[in-house]
Amino acid sequence: MPGLIGKKLGMTQIFTEDGKAVGCTVLEVGPCPVVQVKTARTDGYEAIQLGFGAHREQSVTRPEAGHAARGGLDHAPRVLAEFEPDEGQEYEAGQSLTVDLFEVGQRVKITGATKGRGFQGTVKRHNFGGSRASHGGSAILRKPGSIGPGTDPSRVIKGRKMSGQMGGTQRTAMNRRIEMIDLERNLMLVRGSVPGSRNNVVLIRST
Amino acid sequence: MDPRIAEIEKTQVRTDLPAFSPGDTLRVRVRVSEGAKERIQAFEGICIARKGGGLSETFMVRKISGGVGVERIFPLHSPSIEGIDVVRRGHVRRAKLYYLRARSGKRARVRERRWWEGGLAPKSEAATAAEQAEAEAEAEAAAAAEAAALVEAEIAGEEAEAPEVMEAAGTADETGKAAE
Repeated sequence: MPGLIGKKLGMTQIFTEDGKAVGCTVLEVGPCPVVQVKTARTDGYEAIQLGFGAHREQSVTRPEAGHAARGGLDHAPRVLAEFEPDEGQEYEAGQSLTVDLFEVGQRVKITGATKGRGFQGTVKRHNFGGSRASHGGSAILRKPGSIGPGTDPSRVIKGRKMSGQMGGTQRTAMNRRIEMIDLERNLMLVRGSVPGSRNNVVLIRST
Repeated sequence: MDPRIAEIEKTQVRTDLPAFSPGDTLRVRVRVSEGAKERIQAFEGICIARKGGGLSETFMVRKISGGVGVERIFPLHSPSIEGIDVVRRGHVRRAKLYYLRARSGKRARVRERRWWEGGLAPKSEAATAAEQAEAEAEAEAAAAAEAAALVEAEIAGEEAEAPEVMEAAGTADETGKAAE
């Protein structure tokens, strides 16, 4: 089953039949036009390329416009992504896929970029403990401490957890249960969180 | 909030519950499922707090059970609440009645509310009779009494929009006085 491209709208809660309140993320999913069908003969592998949203007209480049036109679209999508096609299913450029691809109760994985948190220290980035506030420690409250042995290797072992850029990377939230689907408004509610902030573009695939 | 999320929340919010505030004594009828069977269990006590807003609003009910204080927090819009009866309206001066925890016996009482928004409660026959009955019946009776005077009050009463009912009651009371 291919996936779809969507946008995170925010979070809310709903009540299940047995009265439990469940935190859910609301996603706007599709409709996603098929922009290009890739085949093993022409491209070396099987894939369908889906689009989502619309680029502002003045920011569409000529190659983008041409690519969209070849896919039978009248405007260039803002996002393009490739998905694995269903075995034996025929796809053609120009057709549109919507949320009805999924059903309530199904488990999906959702890929997106996490919120960027900038350059962060080890306490926030790797959950280091920091140092104690009393007993004479001065200005070492959030320092990482020793980063390894001394003269013998004379270097720092690869993979050492240090300060650096945190967030803004691609992450996949696995096994999210679909709680509700609104075909009219192209909305989907999944239980739990989804990477990124509001208006973040996410890819939804079945697990 | 995205308007589309608000739409979803609107379908989840309950409008069939009576208006109540901290200090009121409530009987919360809770759906309890035992295996396949489902029955209604009542939890009666003083509402000591309402928290949050919208769909995620909750309220806290405190009662003394077997000499031990028991507090339960209910999501206001939960479908597992079969219904809420307002047994008694309480007169309190703050929104969170956590001070009741430190008190016991007579000190832990809450005065009954004798006034409503917009003036004193009507002291008509209907109201006196209603005071003895349950508070919910009281609200209904008040709304019914005012119905003749104010058609709007009837509509408000049917919608169980308590603030409107209260205001209507107050207005009607004043009108009654003026008539006298």
